[in-house]
Amino acid sequence: MNRGIEEMSISRTEVVKIAELAKLEFSEEEMDALTARFQRILDYVEALKEANVEGVEPTSHAASGAGAAVPALRDDVIHRSLPAADALGNAPDPGSDHFRVPKVI
Amino acid sequence: MKLDDVVQIRDGVNGGSISAAEVAEAALRCIEALDGRLKAFISVQPERVRARAREVDLQVRDGKTPLPLAGVPVAVKDNISVKGMRTTCGSRILENYIPPYSATAVRLLEEAGAVLVGKTNCDEFGMGSSTENSAFQTTCNPYDPERVAGGSSGGSAACVAAGMASLALGSDTGGSVRQPSSFCNVVGLKPTYGRVSRFGLVAFASSLDVIGTIARSPRDAAVLLAVVAGRDEHDSTSATIPVADYLGEMEKPVRGLRIGVPKEFFDPGLEAEVKTLIEAALANAASLGCDLTEVSLPHTRYAIADYYIIAPAEASSNLARYDGVKYGSRTPGVRDLAEMYFRSRSNAFGAEVKRRIMIGTYALSSGYYEAYYGRAMRVRTLIRRDYERAFENVDVLMAPVSPTPPFKIGEKVDDPLAMYLSDIYTVTANLAGIPAISVPCGFTSGGLPVGLQILGRHFEEDTILRLAEHYTRAFPVSPRPLLI
Repeated sequence: MNRGIEEMSISRTEVVKIAELAKLEFSEEEMDALTARFQRILDYVEALKEANVEGVEPTSHAASGAGAAVPALRDDVIHRSLPAADALGNAPDPGSDHFRVPKVI
Repeated sequence: MKLDDVVQIRDGVNGGSISAAEVAEAALRCIEALDGRLKAFISVQPERVRARAREVDLQVRDGKTPLPLAGVPVAVKDNISVKGMRTTCGSRILENYIPPYSATAVRLLEEAGAVLVGKTNCDEFGMGSSTENSAFQTTCNPYDPERVAGGSSGGSAACVAAGMASLALGSDTGGSVRQPSSFCNVVGLKPTYGRVSRFGLVAFASSLDVIGTIARSPRDAAVLLAVVAGRDEHDSTSATIPVADYLGEMEKPVRGLRIGVPKEFFDPGLEAEVKTLIEAALANAASLGCDLTEVSLPHTRYAIADYYIIAPAEASSNLARYDGVKYGSRTPGVRDLAEMYFRSRSNAFGAEVKRRIMIGTYALSSGYYEAYYGRAMRVRTLIRRDYERAFENVDVLMAPVSPTPPFKIGEKVDDPLAMYLSDIYTVTANLAGIPAISVPCGFTSGGLPVGLQILGRHFEEDTILRLAEHYTRAFPVSPRPLLI
């Protein structure tokens, strides 16, 4: 399915589905407010469909072509990386050499 | 001691006529006196500041080469990592996060002899135009404490305006350095995308984010940019182009410089008093011998819509890392992993961040990607081409920074779209990747600061800094007392 930008009204059910994908939960009232705001923002961005992008390439590095883009691969040499203790230092529940999480299944 | 002249401080510290310790004490006294009301800082560690200043004094005494920022007090936006210093991004989710490494820009600052005085307030993850989306506090405007300092780098702009630091680092994704600089009567530079390494800048929208500089004068901004700019092996998008001699270039004349005035930036949304001040600034620039012509950037009308697809899309992806596993807060008492993700994220992210994650997730979701993000990235090319075409005939552009002077705290907080629209004159520089600077150009009848924006070609920071320096020397904005 590839829906065109012309079909831009959004249902509450769809917003619930997006929240699921985004791993966010909302109260009933928040969900109502969010759906309304979502619609306003989508109505606004509908303006983009008027732009003629036929044959236009997307821009990802905005300064490329101005001398910025280089094949940015470093030499394949071993160098010191972050020590494990530092990498675990901010973890809510660190083990001796791992991150602990609640049961998965 | 006034902290408003970087060259004077660093020459004094290098020459031994003042110590970094004395300068640091002056900054700490000012923070102590004003920040209770201004709320520019999220964290200040006075003992750490003093220890660091002593270290710089020792280094200067033993060193042979002068340091470019010897003893200069610098504030750093709280979304830029400083090793061992809490870096919250204005978010509850990183309330206790202590980075195990420093951003490249921070490392370069410290190697240059700067003294970091504290971490400044910002909208959560940089998402906002007023610091009202900070989870901790709203920064006041030093010229009117009932008004916002702008955002998202509002703390950085306010602290430089109030003299609590000589310089500050901010980040600019859609105007977050220039708009608060305009609101606080200081100089704010957003460099070309890739000019300053993003390593250690906590990611918001990776194709738009850039670290920028806030200072009291274009000259000071140039001193800071020269220190932090350059290629960094830790950021593959950073540019290999050599860093220009900004201070040297600044002394060249501006007579004959061709200035374009984009007509789309003088739309009905531009407030009358701001328009009058910008038009006066254009006349001032003409009196310096610059040639002004009107230019057109026809795709500007798509800019806000384009930005508010691209930035949330990239944010939704970048913020997926806050899952309560590796760092950040975790909600306890959950049954399983999935519940931990939902609870931890929902409890700790603020309303605007959640809204943008939702919009971004939608724009990237299966079936919609090409209609939204794909299309937005193509429209972005059209916006960039507008600039490239304009720059075939002119050297720089001059325009307003914000359609309004600083607004009241609370005024736009319930209307996200109104808040988004206030970014209209700043987002296109991010979409096109070009450098742009905000310089003070006067006050409204109500005493509120207004900034003038100068935009340049990719990697031509030297040209916009040169014009900014000549402009502010010839037409200094008479200082007004701060109302804090």
